[in-house]
Amino acid sequence: MSSSGILYFVVFCLALLAATRPLGAYMANVYEGKRTFLYPVLGWLERLVYRLAAVRQDTEQRWTQYAASILAFSLVSFLFVYLLQRLQAWLPLNPMRFGTAHAPANATQVTPPLAFNTAISFMTNTNWQNYGGEQTLGYFVQMAALTVQNFVSAAAGIAVAIAMIRGFARKQVNTIGNFWVDLTRGTVYIMLPLSLIFALFLCWQGVPQTLRPDVHATTLEGRAQIIAVGPVASQEAIKMDGTNGGGFFNANSAHPFENPTPLSNFAELFSILVLSAALCYTFGRMVGDTRQGWALLAAMAILMAVFFFVGYAAEQRGNPNLARLGIATRHSALQPGGNMEGKEVRFGIAASALWAGATTDASNGSVNSMLDSYTPLGGLVPLFNMQTDEVVFGGVGSGLYGILIYAILGVFIAGLMVGRTPEYLGKKIEKKEVKMAMIAVLVTAVIILVFPALSLELPFHAHGYWNPPGPITANFNNAGPHGFSELLYLFTSQSENNGSAFAGINGNTPWLNFAGGLCMLIGRFLFIIPALAIAGSLAAKKRVPATSGTLPTHGGLFVGLLIGTIVIVAALTFFPADSLGPIVEHFLMRQGRLF
Amino acid sequence: MWRQIIPAFRITLVFTLLTGLIYPPLVTGLCQLFFPYQANGSLIRVHGRVVGSALIGQRFTQPGYFHPRPSAAGNGYDAAASGGSNLGPTSRNLVLRVKAAVARFRNHNPDDHGAIPADLLTASGSGLDPDISLASAYAEAPRVAKARGIALARLRQFIHAHAALPWGGFLGEPRVNVLLLNLALDAAYPVKVSR
Repeated sequence: MSSSGILYFVVFCLALLAATRPLGAYMANVYEGKRTFLYPVLGWLERLVYRLAAVRQDTEQRWTQYAASILAFSLVSFLFVYLLQRLQAWLPLNPMRFGTAHAPANATQVTPPLAFNTAISFMTNTNWQNYGGEQTLGYFVQMAALTVQNFVSAAAGIAVAIAMIRGFARKQVNTIGNFWVDLTRGTVYIMLPLSLIFALFLCWQGVPQTLRPDVHATTLEGRAQIIAVGPVASQEAIKMDGTNGGGFFNANSAHPFENPTPLSNFAELFSILVLSAALCYTFGRMVGDTRQGWALLAAMAILMAVFFFVGYAAEQRGNPNLARLGIATRHSALQPGGNMEGKEVRFGIAASALWAGATTDASNGSVNSMLDSYTPLGGLVPLFNMQTDEVVFGGVGSGLYGILIYAILGVFIAGLMVGRTPEYLGKKIEKKEVKMAMIAVLVTAVIILVFPALSLELPFHAHGYWNPPGPITANFNNAGPHGFSELLYLFTSQSENNGSAFAGINGNTPWLNFAGGLCMLIGRFLFIIPALAIAGSLAAKKRVPATSGTLPTHGGLFVGLLIGTIVIVAALTFFPADSLGPIVEHFLMRQGRLF
Repeated sequence: MWRQIIPAFRITLVFTLLTGLIYPPLVTGLCQLFFPYQANGSLIRVHGRVVGSALIGQRFTQPGYFHPRPSAAGNGYDAAASGGSNLGPTSRNLVLRVKAAVARFRNHNPDDHGAIPADLLTASGSGLDPDISLASAYAEAPRVAKARGIALARLRQFIHAHAALPWGGFLGEPRVNVLLLNLALDAAYPVKVSR
């Protein structure tokens, strides 16, 4: 590790911290319906959306109606994205003529299984991609299908978090807000202005924004080079702000057109986590005690720092199998060194390792380096981050409702230890809340573990329908334990709605498209529905006054309890599976074993 | 849930219009107005012909040019098919590939004897990395100096003048853009390059 790498991390944390309070307070005002400084500019747009969509701004919903609204909205979103992809041959703004006989020779066909997987992926804020953007989708689909979902799936995630906060903040009522209003406010007052400014910033740094077709160049040595361009900046901005992560190009934020400079990299990295960090403050404000929000943020920051340094150290130490060949891997004033396979020179090791951590702390899933080529421990960090249910900052909204579920489990476990009915923020945590929290945590764990096992056991035949390459191991890009890591990562990423990948694996087969799609659905909605059920149940409860027996939830003890709960639950669940992949690979790599 | 389908449908249409069909063209218009060079891909023209993008790496094989990193994009530096090798640390293919690259590097650069910088023999994530580290440029310098008939010390100065160094001591790695460096070389020390 180098002092410049550590400085990078420190500056990054300070920048996040500085933005948390103003942005968090702004969001609290937006969702409480107060007039913010953007109201004079955008108020008309909010009202126009309500009028066009026939939404009544003043009605409130019970949790069941709120959940039904999200489900209905997601279903319609899925159908839109699916149909637009399948119909792209007939849509405008498709200069490369994807989906027709005139498409480039290396283009990927959008088959029904692939369109199914992609539609669910963008609707659930996962953005797993079994295709390479520049070889598959025309500009119209990238804009009207994918960019739209980047906005609304993020706004829907925040809406759920806000509904859950209301569950804690309100007392003895049976409503938790109005989904359509929360969705609109998030999109109009938060996502749109942030993305507009950020898109311009990114274009200034070098991200293209054009509707023209690919550029034909003749290189200095006289070779032909076709350079894919497109409306990248507008999609890149919301891809980061909304913790979406689906790249315009196959290489995602490693591509110089998605992430051209060290400064654009810092800004994109910042935008992965900033809304989720700020939501902690929003939470504190809305429940009337900002210390509660800072406590959550402290737990998140500690977990982020620990995992960052584990990953950074492993990547800087590099790959002994390459060092043996006479390659310099030490960081110096002239070179980044370390494990540079799959990494860009302009980012080096620290900014790549920090991205790998941040993108899986959040449910972002974008990458600025190829995780498949990470050292075993460097790759274990993003894998384990996802397995903690992405509550370290987490996706916009999903991180907050995720960590609140862990907070409920934490106070429940503490309550068991002292034999007292647990409370959190003055609400008694009883059977229903704990049951719902357990469903949310267990269901994702089950699918993460069952689907890789199932994929390995099912007898696929070469050239069959479900998995044409043959047995699932034929889809792997790497042999040995690393191949299993690719498969485990695939299902972990989709189940946790992350979207990053050990990208060597071929996921574009009917089986992996369907199974992955199913995991994304379960991972999203069997977390959201229990979260809303808890919100509804809590909103109906009285507030009990704190006594001397109440566990304070704003101090160091609670932060430790919360971290312990998160780490222990994930470690107990996933240690055996992780041992078969990255952990055993680590020891084999040090012995010099190759596969 | 079914009662919510109508509002869901309507609001999806509204947001598709707003964020899918108004926002991207609005950004396109603003970017083309304020940053036309970047918005169109930072293209570099020599005598009116596009020779590449300042942000996208391209293949160089002649000894008088600096060479970029290995590329896994398509058949190498295919800017319509970005991607990395995705080979893991225990991959035999990776080790064999790097071993071959070491041999090739030693063959082409007999005057460089140090340990080879890690970035010069590893494939980037995008396959389109426009940069090499400063150490890599210095490692290639003796070959380029010989091919162009320049004093090595002068070429090293030239590299340093075209290098990007970490801003504020932490932002970015010490590096040079290979295409821009080669263009500058052609301008400052022209040689007859065979095509």
